[in-house]
Amino acid sequence: MADDIRQLIVDYVRKEYLDEDSDQEITADTKLISGGIVDSFSMVSLKLFLEKKFLIKIPDEKATPEAFDSVNNIINLLKELVPSVKE
Amino acid sequence: MAYSEKARNHYTNELTSIRGAGLFKEERHIKSPQSSRIKVEYPPGQPSKEVINLCANNYLGLSSHPEVVAAAHRGLDSHGYGMSSVRFICGTQDIHNQLEKKLSEFLETEDTVLFPSCMEANAGLFEVVLDKDDAMIADRLVHASIVDGMRLCKAQLYNYKHLNMAHLEEKLQETQGCRFRMIITDGVFSMDGDIAPLDKICGLADKYDAMVTVDDSHSTGFVGDRGKGTHEYCGVLGRIDAITTTLGKALGGAAGGCVSGRKEIVELCRQRARPYLFSNTVPPVVIAASIRVIDLISRSTERRNKLEKNTKYFREKMTQAGFDIRPGVHAIVPVMLYNAKLAQDVSRDLYEEGVYAIGFFFPVVPQGQARIRVQISADHEREHLDKAIAAFAKVGAKYNILGKKKDEIIAAYGT
Repeated sequence: MADDIRQLIVDYVRKEYLDEDSDQEITADTKLISGGIVDSFSMVSLKLFLEKKFLIKIPDEKATPEAFDSVNNIINLLKELVPSVKE
Repeated sequence: MAYSEKARNHYTNELTSIRGAGLFKEERHIKSPQSSRIKVEYPPGQPSKEVINLCANNYLGLSSHPEVVAAAHRGLDSHGYGMSSVRFICGTQDIHNQLEKKLSEFLETEDTVLFPSCMEANAGLFEVVLDKDDAMIADRLVHASIVDGMRLCKAQLYNYKHLNMAHLEEKLQETQGCRFRMIITDGVFSMDGDIAPLDKICGLADKYDAMVTVDDSHSTGFVGDRGKGTHEYCGVLGRIDAITTTLGKALGGAAGGCVSGRKEIVELCRQRARPYLFSNTVPPVVIAASIRVIDLISRSTERRNKLEKNTKYFREKMTQAGFDIRPGVHAIVPVMLYNAKLAQDVSRDLYEEGVYAIGFFFPVVPQGQARIRVQISADHEREHLDKAIAAFAKVGAKYNILGKKKDEIIAAYGT
């Protein structure tokens, strides 16, 4: 279950944040915010994507740079907010 | 005591961590008027040193122009020093409206309202014209003041990859259900000198029924054949719904900004934009000088032509010298070094050679994109540029980066 979601988010990050010709590799552990791939301003796209996909509202206090710093961190956040997301 | 030891320690630690991260910003004392050559006291306490200035936004060289300074003197005599009021109480003089009219004529817009700065114009505009049923769709590299302005607005926030029109179109498709959409971009991006493709952006705006806002702070006065800005350069005069720009760069460089565009948008700013309503009026002395600036640049394109020539010369010679220059035509010339420490070292050594140019690195620019940002001015003479290029070449040779491509510089220094 979580693996499918992990792949879904990795694919989204790749499409939303990398240029078409980028050779940057994205895995579930890649540092997104601290690695300079996603900045605090463009993070909003990712938040909106997750909210629409999982029909949730991510509270501002949970939408921190740390919580969004890797796809695995995002999965952990989703586990808190979406009952159906489990390993 | 309200200012507790706990608070003091907390702030001290914050400052220590800023220093530790190499992000502590120090001010250097300039002991002369703004110009292509300035006297700088640095490090503090050392005798002043005259250096060639490659980091001012003084694109047209009007910051200390004798006619501008004289107009400021006259304005001070005729209209006083301060107004001690916001605009709508007793802070609007005849000259404030004169300048607004002149700016509208110059920018070829319907109306203009002055703000204390462009930062405040950007902070005020969006929440006035957009609400929760609307969407703001911004380029990812827009200026921090636009980001702040958008955060103050209830409209939904979307952003697209820098200059990527296909991605912008995706976002326009995604937001079809919104009442109003506003595409928001810088005209020229301050770290790269990239010019937004406003012709394509306006085409998409027409196709998807969206409005367009452009921050033209790094363009007004010199981009486009008559210096009107990126909307002239891209052939979309009259098609931008709101232009925000500054008097604090090419247009004399003192202070002040504006929103210029559709008359209803401008009037709503007068009625509701909080930075306009609750900040003091722009001082008469700045207004008087700015009127003179608009007259000067409306009468002749000589200064923007010289800037264009200087920019072309500097870009060509630096490329010939073997530097990795981000391609473009703008007076912002990024000399790419990729590594933050290298950018700092090159900046320091240039200063030793009598050239004042600053290194920029993460988080101001993306990770691995460190650079020296050079800004050319119409105030630079050929001898200044030649001396600066020679200094760059000497320092570049020292670090063995001349003729090296991006991958080679990164291989030698890392990112």
